Order: sequence, then structure tokens, then C-alpha cells
Amino acid sequence: MNQTIMQTLNEYLTNQVLKQPRRVLAPDEKLISNGLIDSFSLVDLSLFVEETFGVHIDDTELIAATFDTLEQLTDLIQARQA
Amino acid sequence: MTSPITTMQAQTAAHLLWQHALAAPDKNILHLLYSRQPDQPVTYRQLLMGAAGYAQAFEAAGIQPGEVVILILQHGEALVYAFFGAILHGAIPSIMPFLTEKLSPEHYRRSLSALFRVTAPAAVVTYPEFTAEVRRAIQECSAESPCSVRQVLECSQIQPANDTSINLLAGFHRQPQDIVLLQHSSGTTGLQKGVALSHQAVFNQLNSYAKAIHLDQQDVIVSWLPLYHDMGLIAGFLMPILMGIPLVLMSPLDWVRAPYRLFQAISTYQGTLCWLPNFAYNFCAQKVRDRDLEGVDLSTWRAVINCSEPIYLKSHQMFYERFRSYGLKPCALATCYAMAENVFAVSQGGIDSPVTIDWIDSKAYFNQRQAIPVAPGGDNLPMVSAGKVIENTHVCILDEQRHPLSERQVGEIAIRSDCILTGYYNRPDATASAFHDGWFLTGDLGYLADGEVYVTGRKKDLIIVGGKNIYPQDLESLVNDVPGVHPGRVVAFGVANEEAGTEEVVIVAEAEDENMTLEQSDALANDIRLRINRGSDVVVRYVKIVPRGWLIKTSSGKIARSANREKYLAEL
Repeated sequence: MNQTIMQTLNEYLTNQVLKQPRRVLAPDEKLISNGLIDSFSLVDLSLFVEETFGVHIDDTELIAATFDTLEQLTDLIQARQA
Repeated sequence: MTSPITTMQAQTAAHLLWQHALAAPDKNILHLLYSRQPDQPVTYRQLLMGAAGYAQAFEAAGIQPGEVVILILQHGEALVYAFFGAILHGAIPSIMPFLTEKLSPEHYRRSLSALFRVTAPAAVVTYPEFTAEVRRAIQECSAESPCSVRQVLECSQIQPANDTSINLLAGFHRQPQDIVLLQHSSGTTGLQKGVALSHQAVFNQLNSYAKAIHLDQQDVIVSWLPLYHDMGLIAGFLMPILMGIPLVLMSPLDWVRAPYRLFQAISTYQGTLCWLPNFAYNFCAQKVRDRDLEGVDLSTWRAVINCSEPIYLKSHQMFYERFRSYGLKPCALATCYAMAENVFAVSQGGIDSPVTIDWIDSKAYFNQRQAIPVAPGGDNLPMVSAGKVIENTHVCILDEQRHPLSERQVGEIAIRSDCILTGYYNRPDATASAFHDGWFLTGDLGYLADGEVYVTGRKKDLIIVGGKNIYPQDLESLVNDVPGVHPGRVVAFGVANEEAGTEEVVIVAEAEDENMTLEQSDALANDIRLRINRGSDVVVRYVKIVPRGWLIKTSSGKIARSANREKYLAEL
């Protein structure tokens, strides 16, 4: 598990999406199915991932079945970077 | 000059669909767009046969004409066929939103069983994998008295009809004044109301509205709007199909993840008309990337119509600036004031001339409830016109005592038309209180000037988030159950966010514990967010935890929403 990726994602989500900079997300906290990331923020998240990590997430993949936690998103990014 | 588009002399929507299928069986009236499959064209013949298959299934299942059928289906062929199938059988279709990823099944079930109790449907149509969920809701609903739902039909079991005895279907015996469909408002706290509309009311709306927008044989309508909402159901579904205008339809779930698809669809199908809630102007302007717009040509787009939530001038400006280089014309920006109770439109702006911007004096507006015209700029307020009242509808503005007000005085908007609802289904109480002296009381505030309607706010406590109507009572009752919140000491309200082009929900809650640490208070706020996210159609960002006694109460001991909203904003 790449801690840097996870930390970067955490910062982005708490600052830009949740607007709660004091918050720290647990690696296994459900993001999409708990409505923490609402559907209107998904486009931004995919753009952020692409710009920051050079990894493309197709818009059809922006669902909880693809990734729902920080851990899963980090894994997905790492797998695609490889 | 082509002849005007009308619903012809048809008696009911079933007759009209039949006439189209006879006149132009091979016309592609519908194109269903999917994210992972090729576009699917649907001809009038396919639509009629697909729908007739459902009509026969309803007949076989013992559903009687005049009974309500609830459709819990997502974007796709089944939803379209099931809807028109109910009409061909003479039953009354009503589309319910599907369970979303974030909504908790318990809350969904609760609102479904509340719907069953009020609307007393005879059947539900859904996917095989969702029938268990529907049956659980039926069980929950039966706790008090037997549930009305006799049949749960699986769409996968229903095939298109293959015979030609379609004209024997029961729907052809319905009368123009019979109810054709129900549109459901959201809400679970006894507020759920099904707007019942007759065939004639729908036709009267379509004929008047088609004239107002100069609907033409050359038009192509493109929509991503959900069909459980009036704007999607009428403008983005029934009007095109019943009036012979090709419709390009995509799923709201696909659009929100890939808003550029709307622009590609306009370009590919040479779309001319589209309806959007205000937030979508901001959303598209901010989120669509250049690389997804390569080769896109928007020059065929003659009207993009802003409807169903407060209209911001800035949203139009952002949208135009973002897409002008792709051929978007400034005169395409249009506005509309609509509600399910009038089938759809009350007024239409733009189309014939640019949308009027009425600059008014802010002091006179806030202090005397008057819209006094002034020069643009400064502290003056730009009010965006919702346009001229459509031909079959009349608007008047009423004061608190329900006396008519004169031009440029702000009051409650009341309407009268030949396309008004038959009633709130099974809710004679709600129907009676919605009318005064033959006028339907909209609950919206506004004024009239030079024959145009300006909507300025709402009388009722309603929050509109991204075009969805949210009742604060529903959110407050959710938060009341969160451990650590002082019961009954919660308020929900909306705050306009110009950047997002819509309202955002704010929750202020008093904590039970007087001596909370910052961490405890943050944790409580997170619990509240989670409860709302999972229990309602919205996502809440702004939760303020306050000490006991912070919230302002009215003299009757109720929490005063607007006073607390003012207090919250003052403390920001």
C-alpha cells in the first residue's frame, strides 16, 4: 500500500470535496456508498487522479463497484501505474 | 411554413401513440444512449409493440384499467415500454426513482411503503433482482392494513406483443378526462403527493407549450433528465414521443459522470432543444474538458431552457462563455417556469427574443416587496424573467390575504389553466387546500411585469438542490434520530451557492452534551452527514453543531427556519 498516494488522495478529498480540512479518512471508510463523495464530485476526482498520478479512470468506472474506499482507489492507481 | 405540431384530434395518449405508429411505423422516434453499448434507435412500431407487450402482461396479471402501476426501473427500453404499456392498458403509470448507490435500503423501503399507503397501487414493475426489496416494502406497508399491491412484475419476463389486435387494448376505452399518469413529489413525512393528470390536461399543455417554443418537424430533443420529475417526464419524454419529435435520451447517472456526452449527443443528432436545471449550467461549464469536445458542433441548438430551480444570470453567462466557441448561440439561452401541477410549463422566456433581465431596486424589494425598475449595476438586483405565460394558462399574484396584487408587487404566484391537475391522488385534503377560488396556489413568490413572470422565492419551506425538491422536515426528522443530538433541536435550510448554481443544504443541530471537545463535535457532525447522505436524496456538506439554546424558536415553540438561517449566515 502506497502511503504517499493515499495521503495525497486524503488531502484532496477532505479539502476539496468534503471541505473539512480537519478530517482524516480511514483507509476502509466507504466513500461513494456512504455519499461522502457525491456524484457531482466524481468527475473532479477522476480529473485529479489523472493529473496527479497519470492514471485514467473511465467515467463508466466511477461507481462503488470499482472503488469505494481510499484503500481501493490507491490500489487501483498503483496497479495502473505499474 | 409547416403546419403547427399538435396532439391532433386524439382522445387519449393511447390513441395518439397508435396514430403515430400507423402514420410513421418506421420513424426512429427515440434513441436510447448508453455508456457501454451502441446507441439504440426505437421506431414507433417497436415502441407500440413493446408497450403492447406490457399492456397484455398487465391484463394477464389482473390489473384493472384505472389502477395505478408503479415503475421502479432505470433508463432503458423497459421503462419506456412499461410506461406506455400501462397507458395502452388504461392503467395509470407512475415512475419512482431507483435506489441509488448512496441511499440506504431501509430508507428507500420506508419511502416506498409510504408511497404504497397513499397511492394504493395495484402493481409494481421492476427488475428480477429488485423484487425482493419491493416485497419487503409491501410487507412493511402491510403492518397497519393490507397492502394494495397485488402483483410484482419482472420486466425481464415481458416480451413485445406480436399480434395485430392492439386496437382491442383497454386503454382505447379511456376518456379524455381520465387520469393518464401520476407524478410523485419527493418527501416521506406525510408530504408525499401524487400529482394526477388527465389525458386532456396533458394534451392542452403540450399544444400550448409547443406553440410557445415553436415546436417544429425539424426539432430534435436531447435529454438526460430523470423521468420521475416533471421536466424530464413531460419536456424530455412525453412531448417528443406524443408529438412526433425525435428524442435522444440518456441516463442521468451517465450524464453526471460524463457531462460531455450531452454535448456530443447534441452534435451527433443535431439536437435543437434541451431542458436543464440551473445547476447543470454551472456543472457543465466547470466540468466538461476540451478534449471531450473535439469536433463538437452546437450550432443546431436553438434553445437550452433553464427550468425547475431558481435561475441565476451568472449561470447563463458561464455556460455561454464556455460553449460559444463550439457554436452555441447567445439567443439559445432560454428560461421556463414550470410545475407538475400544471403538467409542466406556466411560462416560457427567450425563444422569440433574448430573455429579459429586469433590474430592480433592492431596498424596495426587501422592504416593500416591490419590484421597482432601475438602471443596471450597483446594488440593484438583476431578476431573470421566466418569460410570457403560455396561451392556456393565467397567472395572478396574491397578497397574504389572497387578494390580487398589481403589476410589480411581489406576492404568491397563483395559476389557472385548462391543464391543471385533477388532484393530488387520494389526497382530497391536500387538493382542497391547494386551491383558492379556482386558482392553484403555487407556493412560489414572484411578480408580473410587462406580461412576464419573475419568480423571486418561495413561500413554503422547500429547498431545491440540483433541481430536486427537498423538504427540510424530512432532513430534520432524520437528524433527530442521531445519538448526541438534542431531540427536536435541529433545523435544515438552503443557502444559495452562486458557484454551484444551486442551493446547498445546511443543518444546524444542538448537541445534548454541553461540554463537547472539538473532536466530539466533529464526530457528531459526521454522524449527521452520514444519516442525511444515506437517508435522503441529497448530500450535506455544512453541519454546524451549536450549544443548547442557540436555535431560535417561534412564539408557539417551533424551530423558526428562516430566523435560524439568518442567524447562521450572520455568524459566518
